[in-house]
Amino acid sequence: MNNQPNVVFLRSAQVLKCQLIGNWTIQNIKKLYKKMDRLEGKRDFEFEQIVFDCSKIEEFDTHGIILILHFIKNIPSTCKIEKIGMSERFEKLFVACENNFPPSREKSSKQNILLKNLENLGRLVVEGYKTLTVFFSFVGELTHRGIDSFMFPNQIRFRAVLYHIENSGLMALPIIFLTSFLIGVVIAYQGAVQLEKFGANIFIVEMVTISATRELAPLLTAIVVAGRSASAYTAQIGVMKITDEIDAMRTMGFSPWNFLVLPRVFGLMISLPLLVFFADVVSIFGGMTVAATTLDVSFFEFIDRMHSSVDLKHFIIGLIKAPIFGWIVATIGCFRGFQIDNNTESVGRYTTISVVNAIFWVIAMDAIISVLLTELGL
Amino acid sequence: MIVVKARNIVTRFGDNVIHDGVSFDIKQGEIFGLLGGSGSGKTTLLREMILLQKIAGGELEVLDNSVVGISKENEKKLQSQWGVLFQFGALFTSLNIVENISIALKEYTDIPDKLIFESALMKLSMVGLPEKTAYMYPSELSGGMKKRAGLARALALDPKLLFLDEPTSGLDPKSARGFDELIVMLRQTLGITVVMVTHDKDTIEGVLDRFIILGNKKVIFDGNISELQETTNKELRNFLN
Repeated sequence: MNNQPNVVFLRSAQVLKCQLIGNWTIQNIKKLYKKMDRLEGKRDFEFEQIVFDCSKIEEFDTHGIILILHFIKNIPSTCKIEKIGMSERFEKLFVACENNFPPSREKSSKQNILLKNLENLGRLVVEGYKTLTVFFSFVGELTHRGIDSFMFPNQIRFRAVLYHIENSGLMALPIIFLTSFLIGVVIAYQGAVQLEKFGANIFIVEMVTISATRELAPLLTAIVVAGRSASAYTAQIGVMKITDEIDAMRTMGFSPWNFLVLPRVFGLMISLPLLVFFADVVSIFGGMTVAATTLDVSFFEFIDRMHSSVDLKHFIIGLIKAPIFGWIVATIGCFRGFQIDNNTESVGRYTTISVVNAIFWVIAMDAIISVLLTELGL
Repeated sequence: MIVVKARNIVTRFGDNVIHDGVSFDIKQGEIFGLLGGSGSGKTTLLREMILLQKIAGGELEVLDNSVVGISKENEKKLQSQWGVLFQFGALFTSLNIVENISIALKEYTDIPDKLIFESALMKLSMVGLPEKTAYMYPSELSGGMKKRAGLARALALDPKLLFLDEPTSGLDPKSARGFDELIVMLRQTLGITVVMVTHDKDTIEGVLDRFIILGNKKVIFDGNISELQETTNKELRNFLN
């Protein structure tokens, strides 16, 4: 038995006979395709009839049939096509395949690359614009609902707010402790080298305290929280959307704003100032430790100096920024969550976007506030 | 020829015993049903056959390979010989329908791309989906359409063995019968062996050659529909009503 798949062409004046041999199955298609390719090469077809002799086919599957149909498709209709020697089983399969074979279509002409890029750019701009308007309406509704819930405080889901304070605030304490301690240490170390040159050791106090409380502690805390919570909010809300939970809530008359968005926003706006306060304390402690070990500024001297020469305003400015950052992180996290479409890929995409957006806007807002306060002379 | 051979299968989730001595054979070219009430472990049994779930005891052979301690190589070979349709289609959401169907062909065969594309469109049409769905994403399709597309994907590699998990559930009656006819046609033309979990009475009566009913952790019936109708066992007779 010779299973070697093959096709033999027998030509006579007007008739081309194709003897199909062996296993016309999925494993052998590539080999057979090359052999059949000769048929396609001839555009000015000289034969009046083509006969496919299938009597020597051992096995046939849909891909063998597709191969034949693929070539038949390209043969001009003036040429008659005949199939002989096909067993009943193969015949049935062949007919089933033939009926479902995609009709040949004009190939779409290739688009100009420049045009395509322009089109993509346009699409990007329009989509950005759309997202922006949707975001504005989201913020508008959020503000409206937020004010509403102050007018009717019994609408606030206190339990949910507490839950989010615990999850996004309390649970973040260890990582906030670690990062802010290290930041305090780093500022103090970098400063210590320079200050020692001038013998101005004691200025380490201003350096650490002001930079930590005013800028670095709020910023880093917000960035860490953005990484932890913006992603979590987006994924939670997105998955709830995919599993129709949000629609279910709506039909039962539970507003997703009151149940999902506001508790998260309030939760972060409350917990971020607390976290920033904690980060202030820890980073100053980090600085103090370095000051005591490398600059001979004892803890008492440090605190004494802090008391006499560092304004309270730096600390307050840092704390005022905190709820703003909290608002940014929670709002972006929730907004991107509602944008998630009904597929798994978009969960990943929007979660990433949400963290990147949240971090960017936290930094941008920090810069805006810095400029504003400097202009105001604070 | 026996395609699936199960002997005294035991399945456990923790202390919860699902199967305790389940035995049956599935012959080549059969349309075989796994039936039983909710929680009787039909889908679990199916998952064991397609290597998604391990059995705790007994023997299970699929296409002459024992699933216990199967080598990676044999596992791959097995996977290229079967197609699986999950209950909700389980299409890859990041790929459009035609990509979903052709991904296995692209990964596992050296067929030219032009043919793969035609093959995907043909399978799509075979399962009764219009050509315009080819470029749609799974999220844009209805549940029934997803199921059909899932079947087209299961058929992509011309499998010898087809596993279907509740193929007609969630379809309207007309589509469900269409689905049944399609499966019978595929069996006739491609000589596929079909193993399905089903609840659909019309499918049980019209399509299945043979089936088992699971109950009390065991096989309580093994035979065809006329045998079931003749049985004197009341519990079994009630099964159909």
